[in-house]
Amino acid sequence: MGKRVSIFRREHFNAAHRLFNPDWDDATNEKIFGKCALPNYHGHNYELEVKVTGKPDKKTGYVMDLKELSDLIKREIHSRFDHRNLNLDTKEFKNLNPTAENIVIVIYNLLRLHINKKMDLQVRLYETDRNFVEYPVHIPVHFGS
Amino acid sequence: MVYLTRSEHFNAAHKLYNPVWDYEKNEEVFGKCANENWHGHNYELLVTIKGEPDSEMGFVYDVKKLSRLIREHIIEEIDHRNLNVDVEFMKGKMCSTENLAIGIWEQLAPHLPPGVNLHSIKLYETPRIYVEYFGE
Repeated sequence: MGKRVSIFRREHFNAAHRLFNPDWDDATNEKIFGKCALPNYHGHNYELEVKVTGKPDKKTGYVMDLKELSDLIKREIHSRFDHRNLNLDTKEFKNLNPTAENIVIVIYNLLRLHINKKMDLQVRLYETDRNFVEYPVHIPVHFGS
Repeated sequence: MVYLTRSEHFNAAHKLYNPVWDYEKNEEVFGKCANENWHGHNYELLVTIKGEPDSEMGFVYDVKKLSRLIREHIIEEIDHRNLNVDVEFMKGKMCSTENLAIGIWEQLAPHLPPGVNLHSIKLYETPRIYVEYFGE
């Protein structure tokens, strides 16, 4: 039985957004989301880390060709979101608040369709250097407790 | 002479768009940066002042005070804002990183106390793109 290995590819994109719940009035949005609710948008350099885990293929020695993974991220994620306004320019966030949490789930779902089902996929998204999210969550197994 | 730097950061939306040109020309020159609904960045701002350390404290300037001045006069005005629409000191200017660095210098310099000399504004638009302005 081969050993499982994780491979990672890092990509980035820049986008504008605002956090806003259309069911609430402006005052409530501002109270909950603060400056992130400002009406004329703000933006981020998003940093994306995609992790694919599985057994290296016997013939190639690859879990997945990293060039293929890079091309996939560019095609499915970069072309959709880079230099866009997430609220206005993307169908994914027409009715979904573009928090880092929701963005990472959307990205996971878009990539999952195109990655071998035998492989595990995990996505980490940095909104800033110090704010980042990860999906799905792998709860570590603790032995002997 | 010692150079003292304080770094701060802010997030903002902008677009590169010259209103004198039509949409096609803007797209030709600025590419994706001309997207009409904006895009955005995490900007990293480094403000450097220069001087001789003072004999009583050993400071060029109290860096806590410098941080407060940057926050009050710059960050409060531009953080989580749309640079083209919301920022008074960028009105009528192209919102390039170059012009933003010049704007930040001009906005901050008058608030520094006498004897504190601004040396440079270094502004990162992304980790791999930055500009420097020395007031020249």
